[in-house]
Amino acid sequence: MSDAREALEIELLTEGIFRHYGVDFRHYAFASLRRRVWNSVHAEKLVTVTQLLDRVLHDTDAMERLLLQLSVNVTSMFRDPSFYRAFRDKVVPLLRSYPFIRIWHAGCSTGEEVYSMAILLEEEGLYERSRLYATDMNEAVLAQARKGIFAMNVMPEYAKNYALAGCKAQLSDYYLARYDFALFRQSLRRNVVFAHHNLVTDGSFNEFNVILCRNVMIYFDRELQGNVHRLFHASLRRFGVLALGRKESLRGTAHEHDYAELDAVEKIFRRSA
Amino acid sequence: MERVLVVVGASLGGFDAIATLLSTLSAGFPWPLAIVQHRSAEDVADTLPVMLQRRCALPVHEAEDKDPIVNGHVYVAPPDYHLLIDGGVFALSTEARVSLARPSIDVLFDSAAAAFGSSLVAVVLTGASSDGAFGAQRVKAAGGTLLVQDPATAESRVMPLAAIGAAAVDQIVPIGAMGEYLNRLAATRR
Repeated sequence: MSDAREALEIELLTEGIFRHYGVDFRHYAFASLRRRVWNSVHAEKLVTVTQLLDRVLHDTDAMERLLLQLSVNVTSMFRDPSFYRAFRDKVVPLLRSYPFIRIWHAGCSTGEEVYSMAILLEEEGLYERSRLYATDMNEAVLAQARKGIFAMNVMPEYAKNYALAGCKAQLSDYYLARYDFALFRQSLRRNVVFAHHNLVTDGSFNEFNVILCRNVMIYFDRELQGNVHRLFHASLRRFGVLALGRKESLRGTAHEHDYAELDAVEKIFRRSA
Repeated sequence: MERVLVVVGASLGGFDAIATLLSTLSAGFPWPLAIVQHRSAEDVADTLPVMLQRRCALPVHEAEDKDPIVNGHVYVAPPDYHLLIDGGVFALSTEARVSLARPSIDVLFDSAAAAFGSSLVAVVLTGASSDGAFGAQRVKAAGGTLLVQDPATAESRVMPLAAIGAAAVDQIVPIGAMGEYLNRLAATRR
């Protein structure tokens, strides 16, 4: 059926990276990993996956480039506006009863969705008592996220998402336009901790009221998804909220029955056991 | 029995073409179908699978991450995600648009060719894009079967023509006969 040699080369690549650098892509979903591996092969102007393994083992700069290529960092502010609407309608009322709110944004990439959540919490009057832990496996994207500077040319799209998300002001109230860039207000970051955390290899580091992990685990295979769900379950307070991507589910995981559905379409769950 | 998958790509004018194809498949059609229809990222109300279900005897779903690929079922790519074939299950990706499209026909066809090889049947329908041309090459390189909608019956000829120009097409089929062609193909390969 499938190309056995290609599968072998990709397996050797992930094994080699893991053994030499300790970065573990061995349980990434094969089909999408395969695409990104080939994108890297072409970007490095190579012909085979095995040549890519040779290069990254001997050239740490090439490894840095591969790391960026293999981790998916496509995101936008208020991605899926209806998710933010559902969060406002169904999760915010639950959060109001807590004196202190801890939120883990796992796989935050360049931070667009973290700033979106900060804005939402600010508008709901909850930001002051919230702390957002935004983590990613990639230091380069975290450095970008900390800056809170995004390209000006995507702001119209983000402003449209912001309005569809049912937000209350203007997105432009939250940033300063400087040439081609939008600098988001420092104050949005005062309760955000950006930190390195790898879902594949790192454990639990706190107990949270909310865990957001949308469109991150689609890049993992079932076994790794199971491990991450175990980690989230252990990191979530009872009655805490877990938000997945719109096309993800808990089906088939060991914790399928430990959550109740808060919003079936937006895939927002509440820990019940 | 050989495990076969049918992948379908459509863009401009695709709804009517897909509906025609699905409505002419026999109720006992044995293979699964995975469909990419270009659509707006905001089309999140499940309208496409619901509308198609009205025209189709087979069960129609919007694919979710890790959904198993079940024979005789029809799966539609969700808006704003790439749909990939990962062994016997579906995988999704939010990676950058390919040829301005997410979902991308090329991404579906390429992953399906890698997973199903000569047991893949790929169908390129109407569209004003060249998405699917690269995918068609991958399908043929892996030994799969490539069908293209007869451009004369397409609302937009650009996409069928691009596929015909890019790869060795096995059969050019008028849209009204595509379902029946697949029925016969399935009957001969049982």
